[in-house]
Amino acid sequence: MTRPVTGLAVASALALVGTVAAAEGELNIYNWGNYTPPELLEKFEQEYDVEVNLDGYDSNETMLAKVQAGNTGYDIVVPGDYMIKVMIEQDLLAEIKPNEMENFDNVDPKWVDVWWDPGRDYSIPYQWGTTSFTVDTAVYDGDINSLSLLFDPPEELKGRINMLNDMNDVINAGLRYLGYGRCNGNEEQMREVMDLLIEAKQHWRTMDYATIEKLTSGDVDLSQNWNGAAMRARAQRPTLQYAYPKEGFTGWMDNIAVLKDAPNMENAKLFVNFMMEPEHAAMASNFARYANGILGSEEFMDAEMLEAPEIVMPADAPAPDFVTPCPQEVVDLYNKVWTRLKQ
Amino acid sequence: MLSRRAGLSRAALLAPALAIILAVGVLPLGITLVYSVLTPGTYGGVSWAFSLDAYVQFLFERDIFDDTLQFNGAYLSIFARSIGLAFGATLGALILGFPTAWFIATRPREQRNLWLFLITLPFWTNLLIRTYAMLLIIRDEGIVNLSLMQVGLISEPLSILYTDTAVFIGLIYAYLPFMVLPLYASLEKIDMRLLEAGYDLYAGRWKVLRHVIVPLARPGIVAGCVLVFIPGLGAYITPELLGGGKKLMIGNMIAMQFGSSRNWPFGSAAALILMALVVLVLLAHARAAGREGRAHG
Repeated sequence: MTRPVTGLAVASALALVGTVAAAEGELNIYNWGNYTPPELLEKFEQEYDVEVNLDGYDSNETMLAKVQAGNTGYDIVVPGDYMIKVMIEQDLLAEIKPNEMENFDNVDPKWVDVWWDPGRDYSIPYQWGTTSFTVDTAVYDGDINSLSLLFDPPEELKGRINMLNDMNDVINAGLRYLGYGRCNGNEEQMREVMDLLIEAKQHWRTMDYATIEKLTSGDVDLSQNWNGAAMRARAQRPTLQYAYPKEGFTGWMDNIAVLKDAPNMENAKLFVNFMMEPEHAAMASNFARYANGILGSEEFMDAEMLEAPEIVMPADAPAPDFVTPCPQEVVDLYNKVWTRLKQ
Repeated sequence: MLSRRAGLSRAALLAPALAIILAVGVLPLGITLVYSVLTPGTYGGVSWAFSLDAYVQFLFERDIFDDTLQFNGAYLSIFARSIGLAFGATLGALILGFPTAWFIATRPREQRNLWLFLITLPFWTNLLIRTYAMLLIIRDEGIVNLSLMQVGLISEPLSILYTDTAVFIGLIYAYLPFMVLPLYASLEKIDMRLLEAGYDLYAGRWKVLRHVIVPLARPGIVAGCVLVFIPGLGAYITPELLGGGKKLMIGNMIAMQFGSSRNWPFGSAAALILMALVVLVLLAHARAAGREGRAHG
């Protein structure tokens, strides 16, 4: 999953981070772009007398590639669920034991025993959400809770669709529509998925991460979307509605973790504990428009967040599907399908 | 022969330039070359086992069942599309740039600087912002469509944005100054009396253009074409923003290998293949320039 970097990187030049990181009283955060409220960092700076630097990335893979190269100077990263598992396997994260920290009791128990970090020895929840799609109900007034809108669109939506420019999000939607399993290494089934995507592509106008802009500018009337982005888009185009397709949709969680070679390990741990305070988790949610996994944060959240249809799922919606990382053979197969789709 | 002392000081004077070439040219290229013949690591990176798979993968794919090689034109067609678009943009820039450069070259000397200044003015703004501005202009509800509908020439907005046409327009717009400036440099040097001589010898305007102006402007034409074609080939932002991202270009395809595709060796190999193409174009340029040198020398 990938999100666009539209926010300004508050960070000083990266080169500087590398050289001054050893100095005391600093914390270097590497988070998704446009995802961290500046007030939150200011509050941490004041409370602990620490200078915080923030830098942004636009996909889990970009972040991983940089961290793998080494010597980033970053302390905190915020990987998605599957990326936490990958980074633990690759021995890139410090075992900071958040489960023994003072504020850990605030973490919602349903986000403790997660498959990507069972028992939470490495990471804590930051934000979680779903990846589905947004439709303008003024343009299409039928039932929106079906993936057929993406793959076999009604007349009024043809040529008015934006898909995410993301191999996994597009292929997973196709797999769900055909009723096949995720991380699919079955050649025959993947060939069917490829044919489905190529056939549907003629009805898509764009494949782009900038979903909010595509929807609010009127370039498209339907876009694959993350729920928080859907909420931000709806603020500018009120007839937009976020779909909960019956075939299923992706769930994801970004998690705060500390790099093994973090230069400011103690400050990083302080920050992890700080982020388990309900008030601070709520600040992040109010900014990014996603739910967090911290109990008691509702109290500090904007009223509209508590009843937004993008966040409060209807009772009859299927449970979000948290997709695990796929083995290399499957990734290779997905690559072939994706390259053919975009050749 | 140089004295020992002069030799030493020459080496010392050359050292900074050589160090820079080594650090920012040879070294990264060497890493790319080495990575391209390794095996992809799990979750990105490389594992240190020699393999030419990355180069094989460019043209062939292994059958999952019996491991035989089959021709696969997917990457080739991505390269072909990028080359086609870059070539088209070069041609478009030449057609627009030539009259522009001629116009500037034939202004009175004191006005030329102003015109040149206007040509270079867009460079003061970041390419991303200029491309985004172009997106706003040609969008369905953009200035072009709104004014055309206002005048009554069209009733429905033209769908230009997110098509190959939009990429063409964007590339031509982005790189036009690279065409105009070398053309101007060549045209400005032309002795206008040669044109008069041509007319005196009963050549029409077309003949003068073909047999006098174009041959004299040749170095500028070649340089302009090279300067537009090469960046156009690797263009990333323009196809991504204006093309709508439905089709891969070389640049985006390479970037993808280091991200979700987790295939660094293939990304490195594709980058080297692209570079080989660029070198071929430059060689053709050098040969053309060489011929030029002999013809006039």
